[in-house]
Parts: sequence; C-alpha cells; structure tokens
Amino acid sequence: MSTQASRTAARLMISPAVILLLGWMIVPLAMTLWFSMQRYNLLMPGMGGFTGFDNYSYFLTDPAFFDAIKNTLVLVLGVLAITTVGGLLLALLLDQPFWGQGIVRVLVIAPFFVMPTVSALVWKNMFMNPVNGVFAHLAKSIGLQPYDFLAQSPLASIVLIVAWQWLPFATLILLTALQSLDSEQLEAAEMDGAGPISRFFYVMLPHLARAITVVILIQTIFLLSTFAEILVTTNGGPGTASTTLTYLVYVQSLLQFDVGSGAAGGIVAVVLANIVAIFLMRMIGKNLEN
Amino acid sequence: MARAVTPRRKALVTVLAWTIGLALFFPILWTVILSFKTEGDAIASPLTVLTTPFTLESYHVVQDRSNYFLHFWNSVVISLGSTLFALVVAIPAAWAMAFVPGPKTKDLLMWMLSTKMMPAVGVLVPIYLLFRDLGLLDSRIGLVVVLMLMNLPIVVWMLYTYFREIPGEILEAARMDGATLKDELIHVLTPMAVPGIASTLLLNVILAWNEAFWTLQLTTSKAAPLTTFIAGYSSPEGLFYAKLSAASTLAIAPILILGWFSQKQLVRGLTFGAVK
Amino acid sequence: MKITIRALMGACALSALATAAFAETTITVATVNNGDMVRMQGLMDEFYKANPDIKVEWVTLEENVLRQKVTTDIATKGGQYDVMTIGTYEAPIWGKQGWLLPLDFPASYDVDDLLPAIRNGLTVDGKLYAAPFYGESSMIMYRTDLMAEAGLTMPAEPTWDDVKAAAKAMTNKDKEIYGICLRGKAGWGENMAFLSAMANSYGAKWFDMDWKPQFDGGPWKETLTDYLDLMTNYGPPGASNNGFNENLALFQQGHCGMWIDATVAASFVTNPKDSAVADKVGFALAPNKAGVAKHGNWLWAWNLAIPAGTQKADAALKFVEWATSKEYTALVASKEGWANVPPGTRTSLYENPEYQKVPFAAMTLNSINAADPTHPTVDEVPYVGVQFVAIPEFQGIGTAVGQQFSAALAGTTSADDALAAAQSLTTREMTKAGYIK
Repeated sequence: MSTQASRTAARLMISPAVILLLGWMIVPLAMTLWFSMQRYNLLMPGMGGFTGFDNYSYFLTDPAFFDAIKNTLVLVLGVLAITTVGGLLLALLLDQPFWGQGIVRVLVIAPFFVMPTVSALVWKNMFMNPVNGVFAHLAKSIGLQPYDFLAQSPLASIVLIVAWQWLPFATLILLTALQSLDSEQLEAAEMDGAGPISRFFYVMLPHLARAITVVILIQTIFLLSTFAEILVTTNGGPGTASTTLTYLVYVQSLLQFDVGSGAAGGIVAVVLANIVAIFLMRMIGKNLEN
Repeated sequence: MARAVTPRRKALVTVLAWTIGLALFFPILWTVILSFKTEGDAIASPLTVLTTPFTLESYHVVQDRSNYFLHFWNSVVISLGSTLFALVVAIPAAWAMAFVPGPKTKDLLMWMLSTKMMPAVGVLVPIYLLFRDLGLLDSRIGLVVVLMLMNLPIVVWMLYTYFREIPGEILEAARMDGATLKDELIHVLTPMAVPGIASTLLLNVILAWNEAFWTLQLTTSKAAPLTTFIAGYSSPEGLFYAKLSAASTLAIAPILILGWFSQKQLVRGLTFGAVK
Repeated sequence: MKITIRALMGACALSALATAAFAETTITVATVNNGDMVRMQGLMDEFYKANPDIKVEWVTLEENVLRQKVTTDIATKGGQYDVMTIGTYEAPIWGKQGWLLPLDFPASYDVDDLLPAIRNGLTVDGKLYAAPFYGESSMIMYRTDLMAEAGLTMPAEPTWDDVKAAAKAMTNKDKEIYGICLRGKAGWGENMAFLSAMANSYGAKWFDMDWKPQFDGGPWKETLTDYLDLMTNYGPPGASNNGFNENLALFQQGHCGMWIDATVAASFVTNPKDSAVADKVGFALAPNKAGVAKHGNWLWAWNLAIPAGTQKADAALKFVEWATSKEYTALVASKEGWANVPPGTRTSLYENPEYQKVPFAAMTLNSINAADPTHPTVDEVPYVGVQFVAIPEFQGIGTAVGQQFSAALAGTTSADDALAAAQSLTTREMTKAGYIK
C-alpha cells in the first residue's frame, strides 16, 4: 500500500525523532569516549593529557568490578522474577470478580507513582530501620530480635524496594492482556475438560507471552540504570554487597570526581547493556513478528 | 461475564485482593499518617503512633522552609513540557513506522530503545559542561529538552504499538474519498489515536515527574523541581521522620492523584502492543 | 534559535542590571540541611533590614548531594552559586586551587576572634578562604543515670579501657539499652571520621611520609579489633547503617549508654522537646589509648565560602560577613536562647558568661582545642586533617575503606580481611593518583 511518495513522507516524519536521538546518543557518547582516554580529574585541574586505555584497565581491574556485574544481574533478574511472577498471580486474582475491584486496583497501582528517591527513603527509614522501623517494631512486639535488612541482606532489600515500585506496572499490563482474552476460548477449553491448571498453561500463558516479553523489555531498560535506591539506602555496601555497575560508575565520576575513569566505566556499562539489549531485542523482536 | 461465581468464592477473592492491595499501599499510607505526627511520636511503635494526636506541625515547618509551589510548578512545567515536545516529535515518527513500515523499521525502533541504556551518571560531566556553555544550567527549558530526549524512545514505542492496532482499511477508505496525507493524519487518525496518545502522555508525565537524576543535577534554585525539594529533607541532623513524611507526601500527592483519576486512560494504552 | 534569543535577552538583562545602580542583587546560597543553617533562613529579616538591596535565594540540600553538586559546579566553573557551604575538608584544597575568593573582612569582623584551630584549617598561605559558621569536635556523651546505677563515674579524660568497662556495665539488651553507640555507616565523613580519629588515639596513621598506606600495621589492627569488639558486644543492632542521625535518634530515645560523636549533638540530646534523656547527659573528652598522647577527637566546621567565578562578590561577602559575625550570634541568642547559638567558631562566645552556663560549652571548647589538624597523629605524616586526609582523592578512598570496615561490622568480612582489602585498594588508588611512584 505504500507508494514512493508516502515513503518519502514517512522518512520525513521519522527523521526529527531519529536526528534528535542520534544527537542525544552521539554527542555524549563521543564526549565520553574522549574523556575516557584522558587523565581528567575535576579536583586536579593541573593534570591532564592522553592516557590511552589506562582508565579502562583501572576500571576493569577494580576489585569491585566483578561484584558489580554480579550484583547488577541479581538486581535485574531478581526484580524481573518477582514482578513478572507476582504480577501474573496478582493479575489472575484481580481478574476474578470481587467486591471493590476499582478501589483495590487504585491501591495496587499506587506504588508506581512514587518517586524512586522517596520510596527508598520511606522504606529505609520508616520500615527497614532496625530500631524505629515498622518491621523492627513488629518483630519486637512478637518477641523477636529485629532483623537488620540493609546490613544483613542489602541486595535483597533493594530488590524488594525496586520490585515494590515495578510490581504495579507488570500487574497492569498483564491484567489488561488477560482481560483481552476471549472468554469463549476459555469456555471452549473448559468444555473439553481442561482443568484450571491446564487452562492456565495451554490457553492463558500463550496468550500472555507477548505481554510478558514487553514487561521484561521495558523493565530491564529501567532496571539497568537503578541508582537512586542504592544511593539512598546502602551506598553500595556493606563492602561491595550492593554495588552495581551504575553505582560503580557513580563512585568513579561523582565521588572521586575522576571524569576519565567514570567515562571509561560509562563506556563499559554501555557495551554490557547493549549486549543485554541485543538478547532482549532478539527475544521481543521475534514475539512482535506474529 | 458469563462465568458464574459462587458467593463464597467471591468473598474469598475479595478478602485476598483487599489484603494484598492494602499491603502494597501500606508504605504510602504510613508515610501520610506519619506526616501528621510530631517528630517524637513518629518514631514510636506502630500501635502507639495510631493513638497519638494528629498535628499539622510538620507541614508548617516544610512550608516555612521551602517554596513548595515553586518546586511544584517547576515539576509541572518540566514533566508536561517534555512530554508534549516528545509527542510532537514522536507522533509523526510513530505514524510513519506503523503505516509505512520499511524493512528497517523494527531495527530502528530497537535502536531507539537502546539509547536509553546509557548510564546517566557516566555522562553527567559532559552534559554539565555542554549545559554550562549553552547557558542552560538551572533553566526549565534545558530540563525539558533532556527529559524529552530521555523519554522519546518510550513515547515512540508506545505510540507505534498503539497506531498499529488501527486497521489500515480505514485509511484506504479515507484515501479513496480523496483525503490528503494531512487530512488523514488530522481528521482520521488522530481521533482514533487519542486514547493511545492520552495514555502515552500520562505515563510519560509520571516518568518525567519521578526522574531524579538529571533534575537534581542540572538545577539549583529557579528551575528546581520537587526532586530537589526532597533532597533538602532527607537525613538532616536530628529527628526527621515526620518532616520527611510531610515533604514526601507533598512531592508524590499531585502525581498520585493524577494517576488515580486517570488510571482508566492510562491502563488502556499501557499495553505496548502486548494485546492483540 | 531559542538559545540565541535567550542569550540576547540575558545580555540585555545583565546590562540593565549594571546600569541601574540601586537594583536588587540576588545571590544564590547553597547550604546543608542542618539545624543551624535552617534556623538562619528564618532570621533573614534582620539581614534584609541592613541590606535592602540584596536578596538571598536558598538552596538547601542533604550533605552528600550538596557536596557533590557544589564540587561539580566549582570545578567546571558552572557559576551557579554565589556562596557555598563547604566543610573543613574542601576549604584548603579549593583555596589552593584558586577556586575560592580570599575573604577580606573589615576590622569590625574581628578575624582574630575566630578559634585558632578552626581558623588555621581554613587558611592557605596566610589567606582566609572560608568563614566558619559553626565548628565542632567530638566528645563522649553519656547517661549519668546509667553510670550511677552501675556504680561507675566517668573520668574527665577517659581511656578506651574506661569506655569499654563503662559500656559493659551499662549494657542491658533486654531493656534495649546498649552500652555504646558509634558510627558504622560507610562513608569518609561517616564511619571513617570516627575511625580515623580513633586510630589517631591508638597511634595509627593513614600514610607514612612516602604516602604508603598503613593499614597493615599493628595500630590499625588494634583500633579495628577494639572497635568491632565494643560494637558487637555492647552496640545496638544494625550499627553498620548508623550514622550521626541514626545514633542521635537512638540516644534521644534512651537506647545508648554512651555515644562518641560530634559536639553539636549535645544541644540536641539536652533539648527536652526531642530527647527523653535531656536531663541525664554528661560529657567527657574523647578517649585515648592509655599512654598515647593523641585523643580520638576530630575537628570539623561548616563554612561559608565564595567561589571565584561569582559576579556578585560584594553582595556575597556582605552576606558571609553577617552570617558569621558576632552580631548574628547575638541575634540567635536573643531569639532562640544561648543553647541554640552556632557553636565552635569564636573565642568571645566562650568568654561570654551567659554562654558558659550552657552545660556543654566548656567540653566543646576543650575538645576543639585538643584537636590539632596540622599534627593529627603520633608519628609525623605528610598530610593535614584529623579525621580526614586533605587530598582530593580522599573522598573516594575514604568511602571505599569505610565500606570495608562497615562490612566487618556487619559481619560479612573479618577484621583482617577488611584491613587487607583497605590496604590494597588504598595502595591502588594512591598509585593511580601518582603519590606512590
């Protein structure tokens, strides 16, 4: 249906977006690449000059580097697992008829509207604080020793906080997808004698496959850059127990003000993120075809 | 719905759904409750907290200390402005991708999404230097541009998936009637696309409102939105739960209320093409 | 296009300002969200009365955010602020870089009244680069009632052995009373401020004269072992996340027998409005190891400084002068009482008989005077600074080492491993920065 004329028009219509994003990608990327090969620390203006790949070798041999990769993976996969499985179960539940559906839906989506900084502050102080937090008070009231979340299992606590923020998003998308499922299809399956479990696996899950991939894709993009939650709660510690790649780049560039190393770390993070992206794109690309 | 449900089952689902809903909402509710307590009461155990008197003390303190309405207004301008600009750029692009797909359309879309993967902390100094030279530090227009670029991929993606669901036959019919490309866009497509655009707008206003890195780094006072406002209340010396709660409530209330009122519109477009 | 128009408009506005001689000057002041700073924002009317042509725009931020934003701005010459609130750590480094304007106050300001220990830390090559707004050292705050119950008295200058004995006697975990509360949260200005000062009182040091890190030496091992021993046996739960604030809350609620921290905490813990133990607090000098001449107290001040790039240096200087003057002190005293006056900057304040009635005044002054940033350690060292090392790299190194010690406190690593990791990462960073050839 597309003629030559409409193709040209289409190109014209796409180009502003492409040019803007290209600029947004290339300008910082080029500057970052340039800085990554410079000896450039904001606090020491006298020093400078080309250092080749020194910054990269320092970043890659940083004692925290492998921990950071591991923690990034744990964080992203952990949140994805909780939000997709939890979101799926929650969507199945909310899809059932019950009293007060509208209000419950409002309650469930609320965490998505909370700023990451605020949610991290609230969880850290009002809930996970081992002396004054709600959890500590609850533990004490039933005679238990309060659990020190952010010291004993820092990464798991951050996963919990981030998952709380993203669960509504997953739930909403999956719920919408579930509601679009033809009820006749389900009834037909029921007539054929399929139990609830096989109905779920053979009718619902295939129908939800696309929605699940979308949840994973969008969330991964945002989760890879999780930063505020770590900065506010644990500062990447204790030790390096909750230092992710993004946080490590932050330490280099904004704590040590070592722009060169920070830039090198940024490039490393971009490369790794794009490797993840290629996998994801393959996955979702396939799902979008049909 | 034709599915028959026994009352017992319905009651069970009701109890379960309400329990989970309240549990997920509890942190927000608790923050709001603590914001009406004195600092001393706010650190007491939960049951004690509920029996202590309510007070507006913390809100008075917050109001005295910061110009909430300035920050609020900056947040509104920045989140709405960046979203509107993004829509202006994204609508034509998404339209073209959806209705005149080329062999490279998918790759283009994926590439756009991948631009979101650059860690912001790594490029702060380059961007800061750029902003300084352009005189954009602490200006709302600067933040509008940055947040627009940040969210543009998501906007294009959402609109694209939404536009794709609009049947092509309608366009053909319009063309038969002699509609030009412009007419097609304005009179046929846009009305059909309004729900999708509305939900895209809502989601991006939320994302921009909650963006806490660039907004904090690139502003000082005149253009500072609510994220900067919050940074003045986290961990000062002395007790701070009540004041922090009050500031947090003030920061999230506008977007929470907007979100609740518009949740139907929001949900409709949140499918990212996941629903056929 | 837009930008050009904006730039043009900006230029017009600027020239308009320059021609109108009586026009109002707005200065942007970046400050930390501590109580004394916030209090000043409520007392600005007095300043406006005297300076109707100056308007102050406040940017109040949490300490870490503030530090990171002002550093980025001053190092890139962003020019966003006319007055910055900076610490004793930044002042000498930035002064040396030429990033700050030297402060020349009129005689009425009485520069010689500033406490020498504080003033020396802010002076580079004889020029004052920042004006102290409030100063602090660290000291022991302890519960007089719990000490009496345990049948102990706190010596005026206790040793670490005394502290340990007292912590042991006061701890009653069933009643949620912990003998000692100390900082454990990782950060160069958090647990490392305390631990570096404590290490000084054990005869340890960060670097030798060749900038070689000293974590592999005996004194550091002793410091860390004793610290961990104190905290695991007599400390509160979750100590590895406790900074100043968390400990303050604990102490105010009566959970701590002793707390060694900033002297400014004294006004909070003795304030009956927030503190449940306001009338049961005693003060003592920060401890030392028996036989070591240095005590474990640090020296810090929050100061106002003017970045070299500002266009409004005159207005900025007027504001700095007012905010750190004797008159401002008198103003706070008249409105909010002597206990709320910003402490630790001027000799005259401590000579004031009214102020001497404040229970913690004398101990604060003694503690400040006992700290010597230019000779912080028993052995000779190449650096300045008691609880920090005044080199630009210290923020990063201090925080990374702090993470290791915090992990040791949380029990996820051992003291030996933490020290070994601290040694290797510090060596690495110092080599990278070119100190170790």
